[in-house]
Amino acid sequence: MIDLDQTDRALLRVLTEDASQSAGALGRQLGLSQPATWRRLRRLREAGVLGAPRLVLDHGALGFGVSVFLGVKLATKGRVSLEDFERAVTAIPEVQTVEHVLGLYDYRLRVVARDIPDFERVLRRRIMTLPGVGNVEANVLLSEERRPGPI
Amino acid sequence: MLDDVDRRILRQYQAAPELPAADLAQRAGVTASTLARRLQRMQGLGVLRGLRAQVHWPALGYELEVSLRITLDKTQARAFDEFLAAARNVPEVIEIQTFLGVVDARLSVIARDLAHYQQVYRQRILTLPHIADIEALMHVATLKSDEALPL
Repeated sequence: MIDLDQTDRALLRVLTEDASQSAGALGRQLGLSQPATWRRLRRLREAGVLGAPRLVLDHGALGFGVSVFLGVKLATKGRVSLEDFERAVTAIPEVQTVEHVLGLYDYRLRVVARDIPDFERVLRRRIMTLPGVGNVEANVLLSEERRPGPI
Repeated sequence: MLDDVDRRILRQYQAAPELPAADLAQRAGVTASTLARRLQRMQGLGVLRGLRAQVHWPALGYELEVSLRITLDKTQARAFDEFLAAARNVPEVIEIQTFLGVVDARLSVIARDLAHYQQVYRQRILTLPHIADIEALMHVATLKSDEALPL
Protein backbone atom coordinates (compact mmCIF):
# COMPACT_ATOMS: atom_id res chain seq x y z
CA MET A 1 0.00 0.00 0.00
CA ILE A 2 1.16 3.49 -0.88
CA ASP A 3 2.36 5.91 1.81
CA LEU A 4 1.30 9.52 1.42
CA ASP A 5 3.28 12.49 2.68
CA GLN A 6 1.83 15.90 3.47
CA THR A 7 2.37 17.12 -0.11
CA ASP A 8 0.51 14.12 -1.59
CA ARG A 9 -2.36 14.80 0.77
CA ALA A 10 -2.47 18.47 -0.17
CA LEU A 11 -2.41 17.48 -3.84
CA LEU A 12 -5.34 15.06 -3.38
CA ARG A 13 -7.35 17.68 -1.51
CA VAL A 14 -6.86 20.23 -4.29
CA LEU A 15 -7.71 17.68 -7.00
CA THR A 16 -10.95 16.55 -5.33
CA GLU A 17 -12.07 20.19 -5.54
CA ASP A 18 -10.72 21.00 -9.00
CA ALA A 19 -9.06 18.44 -11.26
CA SER A 20 -9.04 20.65 -14.36
CA GLN A 21 -5.73 22.34 -13.56
CA SER A 22 -2.46 21.57 -15.33
CA ALA A 23 0.48 20.05 -13.42
CA GLY A 24 2.17 23.45 -13.65
CA ALA A 25 -0.76 25.30 -12.03
CA LEU A 26 -1.09 22.62 -9.32
CA GLY A 27 2.64 22.84 -8.60
CA ARG A 28 2.50 26.64 -8.22
CA GLN A 29 -0.27 26.26 -5.61
CA LEU A 30 1.74 23.74 -3.61
CA GLY A 31 5.22 25.17 -4.14
CA LEU A 32 6.38 22.30 -6.37
CA SER A 33 8.04 22.32 -9.77
CA GLN A 34 5.96 21.12 -12.69
CA PRO A 35 8.01 17.88 -13.17
CA ALA A 36 7.82 17.12 -9.43
CA THR A 37 4.04 17.59 -9.49
CA TRP A 38 3.75 15.43 -12.56
CA ARG A 39 5.80 12.63 -10.90
CA ARG A 40 3.56 12.71 -7.83
CA LEU A 41 0.41 12.61 -9.96
CA ARG A 42 1.76 9.63 -11.89
CA ARG A 43 2.64 7.81 -8.67
CA LEU A 44 -0.86 8.40 -7.24
CA ARG A 45 -2.46 7.19 -10.48
CA GLU A 46 -0.28 4.10 -10.68
CA ALA A 47 -1.08 3.20 -7.07
CA GLY A 48 -4.78 3.37 -7.98
CA VAL A 49 -5.47 6.16 -5.48
CA LEU A 50 -6.40 8.70 -8.11
CA GLY A 51 -9.10 7.49 -10.48
CA ALA A 52 -10.52 9.20 -13.54
CA PRO A 53 -11.97 12.61 -12.73
CA ARG A 54 -15.71 13.21 -12.77
CA LEU A 55 -17.51 16.03 -14.50
CA VAL A 56 -19.62 18.12 -12.14
CA LEU A 57 -22.79 19.34 -13.83
CA ASP A 58 -25.60 21.52 -12.50
CA HIS A 59 -28.47 19.02 -12.56
CA GLY A 60 -31.14 21.68 -12.13
CA ALA A 61 -29.84 23.79 -15.02
CA LEU A 62 -29.95 20.70 -17.25
CA GLY A 63 -33.56 20.00 -16.33
CA PHE A 64 -32.98 17.25 -13.77
CA GLY A 65 -34.81 18.57 -10.74
CA VAL A 66 -34.92 15.50 -8.50
CA SER A 67 -32.57 12.78 -7.31
CA VAL A 68 -34.06 9.86 -5.45
CA PHE A 69 -32.31 7.10 -3.57
CA LEU A 70 -34.03 3.74 -3.70
CA GLY A 71 -33.47 0.84 -1.37
CA VAL A 72 -34.43 -2.31 -3.25
CA LYS A 73 -35.11 -5.70 -1.74
CA LEU A 74 -35.25 -8.65 -4.11
CA ALA A 75 -38.31 -10.86 -3.88
CA THR A 76 -36.69 -14.06 -5.06
CA LYS A 77 -33.09 -14.83 -4.27
CA GLY A 78 -30.64 -17.00 -6.11
CA ARG A 79 -27.75 -16.57 -8.48
CA VAL A 80 -29.81 -16.27 -11.62
CA SER A 81 -32.16 -13.61 -10.35
CA LEU A 82 -29.30 -11.49 -8.95
CA GLU A 83 -27.56 -11.47 -12.32
CA ASP A 84 -30.75 -10.74 -14.23
CA PHE A 85 -31.59 -7.90 -11.88
CA GLU A 86 -28.09 -6.42 -12.03
CA ARG A 87 -27.92 -6.54 -15.80
CA ALA A 88 -31.33 -4.89 -16.19
CA VAL A 89 -30.90 -2.22 -13.53
CA THR A 90 -27.47 -1.00 -14.69
CA ALA A 91 -28.90 -0.52 -18.21
CA ILE A 92 -31.51 2.04 -17.10
CA PRO A 93 -30.22 5.51 -18.14
CA GLU A 94 -31.92 7.30 -15.22
CA VAL A 95 -30.18 5.00 -12.73
CA GLN A 96 -26.87 6.73 -11.99
CA THR A 97 -25.41 4.42 -9.39
CA VAL A 98 -26.04 0.83 -8.34
CA GLU A 99 -24.52 -0.53 -5.16
CA HIS A 100 -24.88 -4.02 -3.79
CA VAL A 101 -25.29 -3.77 -0.03
CA LEU A 102 -25.81 -5.99 3.00
CA GLY A 103 -28.50 -5.13 5.49
CA LEU A 104 -32.10 -4.02 5.24
CA TYR A 105 -31.87 -3.82 1.43
CA ASP A 106 -30.02 -5.71 -1.26
CA TYR A 107 -29.33 -2.77 -3.59
CA ARG A 108 -29.06 0.95 -3.31
CA LEU A 109 -29.85 2.98 -6.44
CA ARG A 110 -29.45 6.63 -7.25
CA VAL A 111 -32.10 7.72 -9.73
CA VAL A 112 -32.26 11.08 -11.49
CA ALA A 113 -35.49 12.49 -12.96
CA ARG A 114 -36.84 15.75 -14.35
CA ASP A 115 -39.50 16.13 -11.65
CA ILE A 116 -41.66 14.00 -9.37
CA PRO A 117 -44.09 12.88 -12.14
CA ASP A 118 -41.09 11.90 -14.26
CA PHE A 119 -39.67 9.98 -11.28
CA GLU A 120 -42.99 8.18 -10.89
CA ARG A 121 -42.79 7.16 -14.56
CA VAL A 122 -39.25 5.79 -14.08
CA LEU A 123 -40.31 3.97 -10.91
CA ARG A 124 -43.40 2.36 -12.45
CA ARG A 125 -42.11 1.55 -15.90
CA ARG A 126 -38.45 0.83 -15.27
CA ILE A 127 -37.84 -0.07 -11.63
CA MET A 128 -40.99 -1.95 -10.59
CA THR A 129 -40.76 -4.06 -13.76
CA LEU A 130 -37.18 -5.24 -13.02
CA PRO A 131 -36.79 -9.02 -12.70
CA GLY A 132 -37.01 -10.16 -9.09
CA VAL A 133 -37.72 -6.73 -7.60
CA GLY A 134 -39.49 -6.82 -4.25
CA ASN A 135 -39.92 -4.10 -1.66
CA VAL A 136 -38.71 -0.62 -2.72
CA GLU A 137 -38.11 2.33 -0.41
CA ALA A 138 -37.65 5.85 -1.79
CA ASN A 139 -35.94 8.86 -0.24
CA VAL A 140 -35.85 12.15 -2.14
CA LEU A 141 -32.46 13.88 -1.93
CA LEU A 142 -32.62 17.34 -0.36
CA SER A 143 -28.94 18.15 0.06
CA GLU A 144 -25.61 16.50 -0.55
CA GLU A 145 -22.02 17.17 0.47
CA ARG A 146 -18.92 15.31 -0.61
CA ARG A 147 -16.28 15.53 2.08
CA PRO A 148 -12.51 15.31 1.49
CA GLY A 149 -12.26 12.20 3.70
CA PRO A 150 -9.28 11.14 5.85
CA ILE A 151 -6.50 12.64 3.72
CA MET B 1 -30.47 27.65 -23.16
CA LEU B 2 -28.57 24.58 -24.40
CA ASP B 3 -28.90 23.14 -27.88
CA ASP B 4 -28.22 19.68 -29.30
CA VAL B 5 -24.54 20.44 -29.91
CA ASP B 6 -24.06 21.40 -26.24
CA ARG B 7 -25.79 18.22 -25.13
CA ARG B 8 -23.68 16.13 -27.46
CA ILE B 9 -20.52 17.70 -26.04
CA LEU B 10 -21.67 17.11 -22.46
CA ARG B 11 -22.63 13.53 -23.23
CA GLN B 12 -19.17 12.75 -24.59
CA TYR B 13 -17.40 14.80 -21.93
CA GLN B 14 -19.11 13.10 -18.97
CA ALA B 15 -18.43 9.68 -20.52
CA ALA B 16 -14.67 10.39 -20.71
CA PRO B 17 -13.66 13.47 -18.68
CA GLU B 18 -9.94 12.66 -18.90
CA LEU B 19 -9.91 12.84 -22.71
CA PRO B 20 -7.69 15.52 -24.35
CA ALA B 21 -9.68 18.38 -25.90
CA ALA B 22 -8.81 17.36 -29.47
CA ASP B 23 -10.24 13.84 -28.96
CA LEU B 24 -13.32 15.18 -27.21
CA ALA B 25 -13.97 17.58 -30.12
CA GLN B 26 -13.69 14.69 -32.56
CA ARG B 27 -16.08 12.48 -30.58
CA ALA B 28 -18.60 15.29 -30.29
CA GLY B 29 -18.26 16.04 -34.01
CA VAL B 30 -17.21 19.68 -33.57
CA THR B 31 -14.03 21.66 -34.24
CA ALA B 32 -11.58 22.36 -31.42
CA SER B 33 -12.51 26.05 -31.43
CA THR B 34 -16.25 25.32 -31.27
CA LEU B 35 -15.59 22.95 -28.37
CA ALA B 36 -13.57 25.54 -26.46
CA ARG B 37 -16.20 28.23 -27.07
CA ARG B 38 -19.11 26.00 -26.05
CA LEU B 39 -17.38 24.73 -22.90
CA GLN B 40 -16.52 28.27 -21.88
CA ARG B 41 -20.11 29.37 -22.44
CA MET B 42 -21.48 26.46 -20.37
CA GLN B 43 -19.02 27.28 -17.60
CA GLY B 44 -20.24 30.88 -17.66
CA LEU B 45 -23.86 29.69 -17.42
CA GLY B 46 -22.96 27.54 -14.42
CA VAL B 47 -24.05 24.32 -16.17
CA LEU B 48 -20.51 23.01 -16.19
CA ARG B 49 -19.16 23.32 -12.68
CA GLY B 50 -15.81 21.64 -13.10
CA LEU B 51 -13.90 18.42 -12.77
CA ARG B 52 -13.33 16.61 -9.52
CA ALA B 53 -10.82 13.86 -8.90
CA GLN B 54 -12.14 10.63 -7.37
CA VAL B 55 -10.09 9.13 -4.57
CA HIS B 56 -10.17 5.34 -4.58
CA TRP B 57 -10.15 4.63 -0.83
CA PRO B 58 -9.28 0.90 -0.88
CA ALA B 59 -5.92 1.86 -2.46
CA LEU B 60 -5.24 3.86 0.71
CA GLY B 61 -6.15 0.95 2.96
CA TYR B 62 -9.79 1.88 3.60
CA GLU B 63 -11.35 -1.45 2.72
CA LEU B 64 -14.76 -0.89 4.27
CA GLU B 65 -17.61 1.41 3.32
CA VAL B 66 -20.80 1.59 5.35
CA SER B 67 -23.94 3.59 4.63
CA LEU B 68 -25.51 4.81 7.83
CA ARG B 69 -29.17 5.75 7.47
CA ILE B 70 -30.06 8.11 10.24
CA THR B 71 -33.34 9.24 11.77
CA LEU B 72 -33.03 12.44 13.76
CA ASP B 73 -34.93 13.60 16.82
CA LYS B 74 -37.02 16.27 15.09
CA THR B 75 -38.51 17.56 18.36
CA GLN B 76 -35.24 19.50 18.58
CA ALA B 77 -35.52 22.59 16.36
CA ARG B 78 -31.83 22.67 15.42
CA ALA B 79 -31.40 18.90 15.10
CA PHE B 80 -30.49 18.94 11.37
CA ASP B 81 -28.00 21.82 11.54
CA GLU B 82 -26.25 20.57 14.66
CA PHE B 83 -26.09 16.99 13.43
CA LEU B 84 -24.67 18.04 10.03
CA ALA B 85 -22.12 20.40 11.56
CA ALA B 86 -20.85 17.65 13.88
CA ALA B 87 -20.80 15.01 11.11
CA ARG B 88 -18.55 17.31 9.02
CA ASN B 89 -15.90 17.02 11.72
CA VAL B 90 -15.58 13.23 11.37
CA PRO B 91 -12.78 12.61 8.84
CA GLU B 92 -14.04 9.11 7.97
CA VAL B 93 -17.37 10.55 6.75
CA ILE B 94 -16.97 11.01 2.99
CA GLU B 95 -20.57 11.85 2.06
CA ILE B 96 -23.42 13.57 3.86
CA GLN B 97 -26.92 13.60 2.40
CA THR B 98 -30.29 14.72 3.70
CA PHE B 99 -33.62 13.35 2.52
CA LEU B 100 -37.34 13.73 2.39
CA GLY B 101 -38.68 10.27 3.06
CA VAL B 102 -38.23 7.35 5.42
CA VAL B 103 -34.84 8.45 6.77
CA ASP B 104 -33.56 11.97 7.44
CA ALA B 105 -29.89 11.70 6.61
CA ARG B 106 -27.26 9.34 5.36
CA LEU B 107 -23.55 9.23 6.05
CA SER B 108 -21.03 7.29 4.00
CA VAL B 109 -18.35 6.14 6.41
CA ILE B 110 -15.10 4.48 5.41
CA ALA B 111 -12.82 2.43 7.65
CA ARG B 112 -9.67 0.31 7.34
CA ASP B 113 -11.28 -2.85 8.72
CA LEU B 114 -14.05 -3.97 11.07
CA ALA B 115 -12.10 -3.11 14.22
CA HIS B 116 -11.43 0.41 12.93
CA TYR B 117 -15.09 0.74 11.88
CA GLN B 118 -16.24 -0.24 15.33
CA GLN B 119 -13.95 2.38 16.84
CA VAL B 120 -15.19 5.13 14.50
CA TYR B 121 -18.81 4.06 14.99
CA ARG B 122 -18.62 4.08 18.79
CA GLN B 123 -16.43 7.11 19.30
CA ARG B 124 -17.39 9.43 16.46
CA ILE B 125 -20.81 8.41 15.09
CA LEU B 126 -22.84 7.40 18.14
CA THR B 127 -21.71 10.60 19.83
CA LEU B 128 -23.21 12.82 17.07
CA PRO B 129 -26.09 14.95 18.38
CA HIS B 130 -29.85 14.33 17.96
CA ILE B 131 -29.74 10.78 16.55
CA ALA B 132 -32.96 8.87 17.17
CA ASP B 133 -32.16 5.77 15.14
CA ILE B 134 -29.37 4.35 12.93
CA GLU B 135 -29.49 1.58 10.35
CA ALA B 136 -26.35 0.33 8.66
CA LEU B 137 -25.92 -0.98 5.13
CA MET B 138 -22.56 -2.60 4.45
CA HIS B 139 -21.26 -1.87 1.01
CA VAL B 140 -20.45 -5.07 -0.94
CA ALA B 141 -19.88 -3.96 -4.53
CA THR B 142 -20.42 -1.02 -6.85
CA LEU B 143 -22.02 -2.06 -10.13
CA LYS B 144 -22.47 1.38 -11.64
CA SER B 145 -20.97 4.62 -10.43
CA ASP B 146 -20.48 7.00 -13.35
CA GLU B 147 -23.28 9.32 -12.13
CA ALA B 148 -23.84 10.33 -15.73
CA LEU B 149 -26.97 12.31 -16.57
CA PRO B 150 -29.21 10.86 -19.33
CA LEU B 151 -28.71 13.90 -21.60
